[in-house]
Amino acid sequence: MDETVRMAVRGLSAFHRGTAVLHNVTLDVRDRSVLAVIGPSGCGKSTFLRCLNRMHELAPGASVTGEILLDGRDIHGPGVDPVALRRRVGMVFQRPNPFPTMSIFENVAAGLRLNRMAGDLDAVVERALRAAALWDEVKDRLRGSPGSLSGGQQQRLCIARALAVEPEVLLMDEPASALDPIASARVEDLVHELKARYTVVIVTHNMQQAARVSDSTAFFYLGRLVEHSPTAELFTNPREERTEEYVTGRFG
Amino acid sequence: MKAALSRRVRSAAAFLLTALCVVIALVPLLSLAWLVVSRGWAGFSWALLTEVPGPPGGAPGGVGNALAGTGVVVFWAALLGLPLGIGAGVFLAESDHDDRLASAVRFTADVLAGVPSIVAGIVAYGLIVAPMKRFSALAGAVALAVLMLPALARTTEELVRRVPGALREGGLALGIPQWKTSLRIVLPAAAAGIATAVLLSIARIAGETGPLLFTSLNNAHWSLAPDQPIGTLTVQLYNDAISPYPAMQQRAWATALLLLVVVGLLNMAARVVAGRRAEGAHG
Repeated sequence: MDETVRMAVRGLSAFHRGTAVLHNVTLDVRDRSVLAVIGPSGCGKSTFLRCLNRMHELAPGASVTGEILLDGRDIHGPGVDPVALRRRVGMVFQRPNPFPTMSIFENVAAGLRLNRMAGDLDAVVERALRAAALWDEVKDRLRGSPGSLSGGQQQRLCIARALAVEPEVLLMDEPASALDPIASARVEDLVHELKARYTVVIVTHNMQQAARVSDSTAFFYLGRLVEHSPTAELFTNPREERTEEYVTGRFG
Repeated sequence: MKAALSRRVRSAAAFLLTALCVVIALVPLLSLAWLVVSRGWAGFSWALLTEVPGPPGGAPGGVGNALAGTGVVVFWAALLGLPLGIGAGVFLAESDHDDRLASAVRFTADVLAGVPSIVAGIVAYGLIVAPMKRFSALAGAVALAVLMLPALARTTEELVRRVPGALREGGLALGIPQWKTSLRIVLPAAAAGIATAVLLSIARIAGETGPLLFTSLNNAHWSLAPDQPIGTLTVQLYNDAISPYPAMQQRAWATALLLLVVVGLLNMAARVVAGRRAEGAHG
């Protein structure tokens, strides 16, 4: 297998109460790159993302078939604990969801503390907050409540929280869609920086955003992967007619 | 014009009717409070809070031991009932809606909530008094714990369910196991509401008499021991109220006033906690 492939998805189908919501998806996620997943609402892009850390199967009546290989090993293999998997494949959600009863510091430290992982908490928290470009704004109020932060800061706090457990892959489900344009731009800059160390899969509604942040882009439609190409190619010279129609705004 | 007038008249009549209902509902409540305060006030003294009851026909003494006894029984009841009730509530909230065990627990809690409180006393009698061959504070506490369980479990379930699912997902996405996510992330987010529910459930059991009559029985002396019969405000009040001696009847009125104050304070504390929570939600 190509060593630069971090996650390999092979014939993945996802079901919800017997209805297929994702059909036979096959694609590779390259190491230290950003994969953008685009498509109209209900096309299965969020479901696809939630399959990658096995969050999809938490919903009642949800199931998947096919393979997802992380570093060559099937994440549905018998020896794989989904809880341990989620420490390697982190996730950031559409709306910032800091833990309201914990301080800013405790939020970032939560993954380490509640998993009883070893490490110098102070150092880990600072490193994660710096990686999320939030350190300078919160270093004087680490004991304060996350409720005092702006929406954009809260989202970067959630990114720091996800980074603190040192995942290999970071999944982001429309991480900037609930933010104003300035906060959104900061998150985009952050995604750019993150790919030096992490593999990022980002779902987005915003095609300009996908074009700016990603190395490759996957276009989903009606639960099927229509096209997965290098981003520049997908937006300027798509292979599929439906991709072209979508990226030029003729439907969706 | 005519239609508007008749509508206004009907509206005013409906308002008056509902206002009248409020007044009628308040009459027994206020007269009860007035009766207890006016009759009980005369017997209200420092001695009431610090002394043990005097002998029939003698000096009235006080109900200090019963006040402490109510505290002891409620303390043990809370120690047993709170972890069980809150734990069951979290379990119900975290289980799927069609989970059969959860449905059974939920159904049992709803049935239990409608059981007359004296039946809880019978259960404690069978579980504790009969095998120990002795009435005890602990038996009373078990009866009260059984009483507080259903409402506490169902309220906790509601409050935990109301915590946004995004918090639960945030925990799970960090690779935190589900049970730990529930207890360390979701439950604390519901803590303020649960604190209110806890205070209300304690206020409810502090005023119970029936389940204590044949479990903790009564005790005219100071005792804090969980394995001995113990005096409580409610059972002391009951015994005094049916006695033929005027001094004891007076003591019953004063005890009633004391009980009203204790339960009132607990309810007020619950309101304060709930108010803080509402403020927190807006701020």
